[in-house]
Amino acid sequence: MSTSKRIGVTIAAAVFVGACATQMSGPQTTARQPNLGRVATAEEVAGWDISIPPSGAGLPAGSGTAKQGATVYAAKCLACHGEKGAGKPADALAGGIGSLATARPVRTVGSYWPYATTLFDYVRRAMPIAKPLSLTNDEVYAVSAYILYLNGIVAEDAPMTATTLPLVKMPNRDGFISDWPASKR
Amino acid sequence: MKNHNADASPTTRPSRSRRAFLTRGAAVAGAAVSGALAAGAAREAQAVEPNPLGIAPWQTVPGTPAGGYGQPSQFEKSVSRHVVKPYGDLAPGTGPTFTPIEALEGTVTPSGLHFVRNHNGVPEINPAQHRLMIHGLVKRPLIFTMEALLRYPTISRPHFLECSGNSNRALAPQPLQIPVGAMHGLISCSEWTGIPLSLLLQEAGIDPAATWLLAEGADAVGMSRSIPMEKALDDAMIALYQNGERLRPEQGYPVRLFLPGWEGNMSVKWLRRLKVTDSPTYTKDETSKYTDLLPDGKALQFTYEMGVKSVITRPSSGMTVQGRGLHEISGVAWSGAGRIVKVEVSTDGGASWKAASLHGEQFPKSLVRFRLPWEWDGAPGILQSRATDEKGQVQPARKAWLAQYSPGNIYHNNSIVNWSVGTDGSVKNVYV
Repeated sequence: MSTSKRIGVTIAAAVFVGACATQMSGPQTTARQPNLGRVATAEEVAGWDISIPPSGAGLPAGSGTAKQGATVYAAKCLACHGEKGAGKPADALAGGIGSLATARPVRTVGSYWPYATTLFDYVRRAMPIAKPLSLTNDEVYAVSAYILYLNGIVAEDAPMTATTLPLVKMPNRDGFISDWPASKR
Repeated sequence: MKNHNADASPTTRPSRSRRAFLTRGAAVAGAAVSGALAAGAAREAQAVEPNPLGIAPWQTVPGTPAGGYGQPSQFEKSVSRHVVKPYGDLAPGTGPTFTPIEALEGTVTPSGLHFVRNHNGVPEINPAQHRLMIHGLVKRPLIFTMEALLRYPTISRPHFLECSGNSNRALAPQPLQIPVGAMHGLISCSEWTGIPLSLLLQEAGIDPAATWLLAEGADAVGMSRSIPMEKALDDAMIALYQNGERLRPEQGYPVRLFLPGWEGNMSVKWLRRLKVTDSPTYTKDETSKYTDLLPDGKALQFTYEMGVKSVITRPSSGMTVQGRGLHEISGVAWSGAGRIVKVEVSTDGGASWKAASLHGEQFPKSLVRFRLPWEWDGAPGILQSRATDEKGQVQPARKAWLAQYSPGNIYHNNSIVNWSVGTDGSVKNVYV
């Protein structure tokens, strides 16, 4: 793009933003929108969308038990998270119940995390730290089951799936107070 | 100011200078934490007072030609960030890197000294291969190339960015004697240029039921946070430039979300996806992290706005006040709620307060610089600063702040910082 064209766009932009600032409260359409995005296909959206809310919407097919997860854990997690999720050098994954009000809170999946779906979401997208996005969905279900089992939340042979995982009741599920919308405390 | 570092040593100048706070001791302490070498050799070379009538060597030869990208003076090498690696070599890209606010003046943070808090390193993103997708509760899910985003109308605003874990090293059981930047330096301020997020959301056509967004990065943890739609339509920006140049990789190149005044973690870097939703996603970082433990063990969640805050950067922890007489107290203040309207300074541990002068344009959700002349009579004292914002919020005393939380809380510490000054001029971090 030439310099003069670029300046032209910038000036138009300033005018547009000035006009738009007063009407930002809701979705608007105007003929002056640049509209330079291309419409994504359903397949593209499905391929990108890996976030899993507490409802479990978007959880993939697959299944795994704590028993199967123990093997995955030993191979891919133990070096950082320790024997049975005890932690060190990386964060502890089990234990810590009753520690939250102390000077040394141990915030683990069992003592702190409110939703089991978050465990699946995070392990799938970010773990193991040296090789994220390398686990199969079955492995993620299995290792999630194992960590929940270490915390006494699910049985060793309970399969975690798209149906069962969102039903898991986490011990600290009611441990959070939302500060949004922000309130004076 | 910069050159004062080099010639403020007691051997070169008995320091009647108001600005001669940064002593060799402070510089060395800073360098020790940051892992960088102090420019010790350079300082030694300057230890002899130059003859004011003589000709300096650099006056007698042509200087070096300008390069393609300018760099700081070789005599300023000690000014570098404080790098902390909580997981060591196991995850070297995970952890905080602090801005050396003890060595900076004014309000703008040089881009290379901006704080960084990464969760699995800095991805090397080829912009030609990067896309931003907006989908979810929208009429038209859209994919943008970076080339397309660069053609959009933009806005430019100065804003601070602060990690909500900033100042948690000031919660150690005993006060740490490390430079102010290594404790309170997860604060930086830049001019950010980008596209109002509301504009892109309008193009996608948001569903009336939509109340939240999920923002996701393209780094190796796929950093993700839920953002209230109210903020997205207010002043959220899709940032492309920082301090006039394209974003640095550390700051989210080629594109990041920027949420003025809100905890830094939410301004998701390397932005790849915005999913419009009707509830929070409850990601790992907004549940297991970035939540604030209360005295009863419950936790506050979605505490977004950064509280009103200030800190004296000069003199500060590890520095030495060079002699009695006139000095200048200098520091920075900010609030996630808007403009700073007042900063008061106490030199007697809070018994009395004086209004400092505020410098530069006072933009909302941006850093201001405060300064106050100070006549030091050699007596011990405690220096404090207390900021007030346009909403009338006042920075809390340490005790009042601590009382709100569990002793194990590590987020959103905006309490008043205390520096003691000894009779020998040494400045220490103390709890009051």
